[in-house]
Amino acid sequence: MFLKIDNINKTFTSEAGNNEVLKNVHFDIKENEFVVIFGPGQCGKSTLLNIIAGLEKESSGNVYLEDKKVTKPGPDRAVVYQNILLFPWLTVMGNVEFGPKSRGIKKSIRQKDAQEYIDLVGLNGFEKSFPVKLSGGMKQRVGIARAYCSKPKVMLMDEPFGALDAQTRYLMQEEVVRISAHEKRTVLFVTNNIEEAIYLADRIIVMTNCPSTIQKEYVIDLPRPRDYTSEEFLRLRQEISSIVEFTR
Amino acid sequence: MKRLKINKFRVISAVTLCVFVLVWYLVTAVFGLFPKTMLPSPDSVFFSFIKKLTSTVPDGGTLFEHIFASLVVALTGYVIGVGVGLPVGISMAWFRPVDHFVRPVFDFLRTIPGIAWIPIFTVWLGIGLSAKAAIIFVGVFVGTVVNVYSGIKQTNEVHIWVAQIFGASKIEILKRVAIPSALPYIFTGLRVSLGMAWLGLIAAELLAAQKGLGYMIQVARNFGRSDLVIVGMITIGIMGALLTLALEFVERRVVKGI
Repeated sequence: MFLKIDNINKTFTSEAGNNEVLKNVHFDIKENEFVVIFGPGQCGKSTLLNIIAGLEKESSGNVYLEDKKVTKPGPDRAVVYQNILLFPWLTVMGNVEFGPKSRGIKKSIRQKDAQEYIDLVGLNGFEKSFPVKLSGGMKQRVGIARAYCSKPKVMLMDEPFGALDAQTRYLMQEEVVRISAHEKRTVLFVTNNIEEAIYLADRIIVMTNCPSTIQKEYVIDLPRPRDYTSEEFLRLRQEISSIVEFTR
Repeated sequence: MKRLKINKFRVISAVTLCVFVLVWYLVTAVFGLFPKTMLPSPDSVFFSFIKKLTSTVPDGGTLFEHIFASLVVALTGYVIGVGVGLPVGISMAWFRPVDHFVRPVFDFLRTIPGIAWIPIFTVWLGIGLSAKAAIIFVGVFVGTVVNVYSGIKQTNEVHIWVAQIFGASKIEILKRVAIPSALPYIFTGLRVSLGMAWLGLIAAELLAAQKGLGYMIQVARNFGRSDLVIVGMITIGIMGALLTLALEFVERRVVKGI
């Protein structure tokens, strides 16, 4: 199996008591599969992604990437965050070429490569701009280009469009579909937006709220690009919404 | 609109300055409230300034010679202090063993003001360039280390994560994340240290020197030449401002996007 999430449990311990956020989370992802983790609430999903990224330690269980246990962050797993986290002191080009530069790739080669991804996300002409000059959507594009450019085996996307306005969000969803058609990657995408999940996913994993555990899986085989208003789309939306327990 | 506003505030600043000089002029030249040896009038200070550009009376040097002497001392101490302070501060902040190794001595030395070193340095090194540069070095070194240290320490943890995710090593993260993100703090340190350098210099020259702005003031005081004392003070202020401006110019070139 390409990426194996093997029975992960996570409990945060603090003076206030134990907070169990992940419970028996167990699933596999095939190579080049676009998997969306969908669930209500603020509990567990980002933690799961951080565990896969190697930034956080699981309480029990294992993560295997190509049968190798994940223990620490590495360039085979790139992360795109909601609050983007570009390096503000670097230009767009500097941010996108950060990964390849860390791997010691020659300047001429890595910049040519970075330029391709900058073009791919539609930021041609902004190579020398600093992040502070860019809009939220543009920053997120840089984040995506940076992640792709480091040639990870898995892309981990943590509610990447959560901070964008609705219009930009739709636009970015279309972009992601276009980019992943152009360049196949294994993607694990976390969202609490049901439409976004159905629009993007090969497979949706629905998670419950605190502690998060897998409730149900849906394989979405609608042709792309998908139509938010098609009968099938709306039926899926209705079905998934009906099983999700929203808590106040 | 914004431009207009800035200009308006500039005008206010200019008015303040004019009022200050005017009041000074009134209480001295017009009403004569102060004897000339206590507070000379602004115009007499101005003429003394012009005269001092070429005159070597009473201290054996023209104004430019004093400025030059002071600059050489200040910049020598400053450059060495920054040159040593930067790597020490960065290593202390980034490598824990270095921190524990250096900190006890550093914490003790930093509590001693730079000018408190004057007597011992004059005993060791005389009253030449090296003694004064050493006094300045101490102040600059401490100021640089403290600011650089806290700058590096405040590196955003998630930026470090992101760098790790993209495969950067610890040294690379220092070079490409911690130092660039600390640049504003580092420049604050450089600016504060520049002030300290100038301060230390004048103090050192007041006590032990044969040339320099502080020395010029001291001699003028002994001769009862208040006009020259004020010329010296104004020159010190102007030079300090110019040095700060030069540093800010460099900062704007180096610090971008933050």
